[in-house]
Amino acid sequence: MHPLHNLHPNTRAHLVEIGGERPFRRRLMELGFLPGSELHVIRNIDVGGVMEVEVRHCRVTLRQNEAQALFVTEVGCTKPGCCERNGRDAV
Amino acid sequence: MGAMPSDETKPLVAIAGNPNTGKTTVFNLLTGSSGKVGNYPGVTVERQIGALRLVNGRTVRLMDVPGTYSLSSRSAEEQLAISALAGIGPFETPELVILVVDSTQLTRNLYLALQVIELGLPMVIALNMSDRVSAAGTEINAEALATALGVPVVPMAATKHEGFDELRRVVSESLDRPELAKTTWRWDIGAGELAEDVRSVGQAVPPDWYPGDEKRRDALALWSLLSIDDEDELEHITPALREAVRESHTRAKTSGRELDHEVISGRYGWIDEHAPDFVIERGTETKSFTDRIDRVLLHPAGGFLVFLLAMALVFQSLFTGADPAIGFIEGVFGQLGDAVEAFLPAGIFSEFIVSGIINGVGSVLVFLPQILLLFFFIGLMEDTGYMARVATLMDRVMKSIGLHGRAFVPMLSGYACAVPAILGTRTMERKRDRYLTMMVVPLMTCSARLPVYGLMIAALYPPDAAAPFAQGLLMVAMYLFSTVIALVVAAVLGRTILKGPNVPLILEMPPYRMPHWPSVMRMMWQRGKIFITEAGTVILLCTIGIWVLLSFPRYSAAAETVSQATEVVGAESEEPVANGSSIRDSYAGQLGRWFEPAVEPLGFDWKISIGLIGAFAAREVFVSTMAVVYDLSDEEDETSSALRDRIRAQRRPDGSKVYTPLTCLSLMVFFALACQCMSTLAVVKRETNSWAWTGFLFAYQGALAWIASFLVYQGGKLIGFD
Repeated sequence: MHPLHNLHPNTRAHLVEIGGERPFRRRLMELGFLPGSELHVIRNIDVGGVMEVEVRHCRVTLRQNEAQALFVTEVGCTKPGCCERNGRDAV
Repeated sequence: MGAMPSDETKPLVAIAGNPNTGKTTVFNLLTGSSGKVGNYPGVTVERQIGALRLVNGRTVRLMDVPGTYSLSSRSAEEQLAISALAGIGPFETPELVILVVDSTQLTRNLYLALQVIELGLPMVIALNMSDRVSAAGTEINAEALATALGVPVVPMAATKHEGFDELRRVVSESLDRPELAKTTWRWDIGAGELAEDVRSVGQAVPPDWYPGDEKRRDALALWSLLSIDDEDELEHITPALREAVRESHTRAKTSGRELDHEVISGRYGWIDEHAPDFVIERGTETKSFTDRIDRVLLHPAGGFLVFLLAMALVFQSLFTGADPAIGFIEGVFGQLGDAVEAFLPAGIFSEFIVSGIINGVGSVLVFLPQILLLFFFIGLMEDTGYMARVATLMDRVMKSIGLHGRAFVPMLSGYACAVPAILGTRTMERKRDRYLTMMVVPLMTCSARLPVYGLMIAALYPPDAAAPFAQGLLMVAMYLFSTVIALVVAAVLGRTILKGPNVPLILEMPPYRMPHWPSVMRMMWQRGKIFITEAGTVILLCTIGIWVLLSFPRYSAAAETVSQATEVVGAESEEPVANGSSIRDSYAGQLGRWFEPAVEPLGFDWKISIGLIGAFAAREVFVSTMAVVYDLSDEEDETSSALRDRIRAQRRPDGSKVYTPLTCLSLMVFFALACQCMSTLAVVKRETNSWAWTGFLFAYQGALAWIASFLVYQGGKLIGFD
């Protein structure tokens, strides 16, 4: 299990657990971030401290430090070779 | 003809939907030009109501509900959606709901649909963008969706004007036979602990929220369970309801349940189970248009570069692009004033018409070019989806001063003029963010301060002193000074009287779309109209008030020339000034002398004090007022060497110079910080609907200006300047 903000762009993952304050959790769940949902990391903008994640074909920007509260298991990559380059194995 | 939106005998239909689904476009196209902007009862959140003409000449009222992903809420603003739909408090319950959903993001949109169904309201789904295949390569079978939901579904393509006739027909039919559009709860709360929570909280839901409708009571119990907690900012929640919700959550916690998760996954469970019935797979996922654009616009380096260029374009347009239109308005009103002056016999009446009314109306209209331009850009950025990217890129910077990324555009436009910038805060959702932005925007160096800075810098540096570099640097320093102060004030206010909870960023990145031009134009026009009708009257009255202060009591015909000084729009005076003595005896002159002790420690004399009063009409009026005070003839402005010379020559009673470098600097600092702008105060009053906030803005800026000028002047004297 990883915190979401550790994932690299083009990674697919399953959401396992959402932490954080109640309003944050509730709003994310209402947007379709439920345990078991598949997430797709679109991009990290490190200089802005934000990341873009896709769930249910909808894209949402989160702050990287707030995405630490989301725990996921990786399921793979959408780009060939990206996981090896990131030094991580697809589960 | 269609009925007026206020005709309350017509049935009420609500239009709701997620943000970015094209709801506004559908609303605009359904209501045509009949849409009226007003506020929701009790809050300054906009509500649009228009007349919707159905088939056979039948007309109903159509009410726009703020775009939302869910009805559960934490703030009074978010609560509007549930109140407007369920008819709670001052709201009227709609007879039907049109729910606009985006077919390319259907599953998330259906979450809101299930909530509306739970309320027991007849609903028609407007399946917008049904002509598109989603990025995942899926399409929607509208008939199958209608069967699954149990309500009518109308496929539409709003920007192509497709589906409107069918929507009108289905809405009309559903109003006649509500059972066609009414269905039962799609998911089951079961008979276990959740059902028990709904039952016990339902007993505490105020009975007037659900006139006799037990299913709606259950729906409102669910809403309460998800919305109410110890930190919400909801309104009209009874202590009994609050207590019942607290008990349910405590009970759930002891048995290891999470109510939010149970309810939300209950709804999504139904959606995921039935999605295969109406979602058609059409080939493979494609790299979308949006992907390709975002690779540039959200690039860590390129994205910021494009953003800076875009903002430079917006700012440059506000600053210089609006100039020809402003000049045109000034010219027209100047000529109108001259014409009236020539036509009417000279005297108090002619003067009132020219300097009071014509000049006052001119000083309202002169803001229009910048307001329209700013809202054109804001509308374009919202409609294309770029605003969400701006908020993303600026999040870190704006968060550090306690603001939302969206606050950046209004803040930037404050450098051109605070009036459109304050109107621009409407695009922010949270009241606290809007207020914080409004409180600091008037500190930005707006274009009206430039003539004053120009005059002071000119007075500081004699024409023979070749120091163009120093003059430019001083101007840059004034911009930096105002920016730093604004950021500091934002940080201080945001941590004190406008303290708000730290809200996590969860921001949808909608797909890029072509703007719907009529909607952009309509928003522009509506903003302009609101400004003219509501803020405009206050500005007009203030202009007349200042004219009275500067021209009364009258001792001689020379007063006529005085009134020229108050003209905000540049009606250029033809008559030479006989003498400026009357302004000294006017109410403004008396006030100026009365104020002298208060501004003396800042290095100002009573003449400057008169200028400060005149500057309240608009800052640049300071220049023309000073010209009259110093007995100058016509056409003074910051480029007039006569005024500069006169200013350099001014002496105090003891023979020392009035405009020493310290006085000039102190005056510039005063102009940078003081809220000497009745138009700004008028729009702040309009947007906050509160004299307390308007008064606070005026008072804190005034106090800040006085203290800063005092420090500059007295501090400067202490370290040996004069």
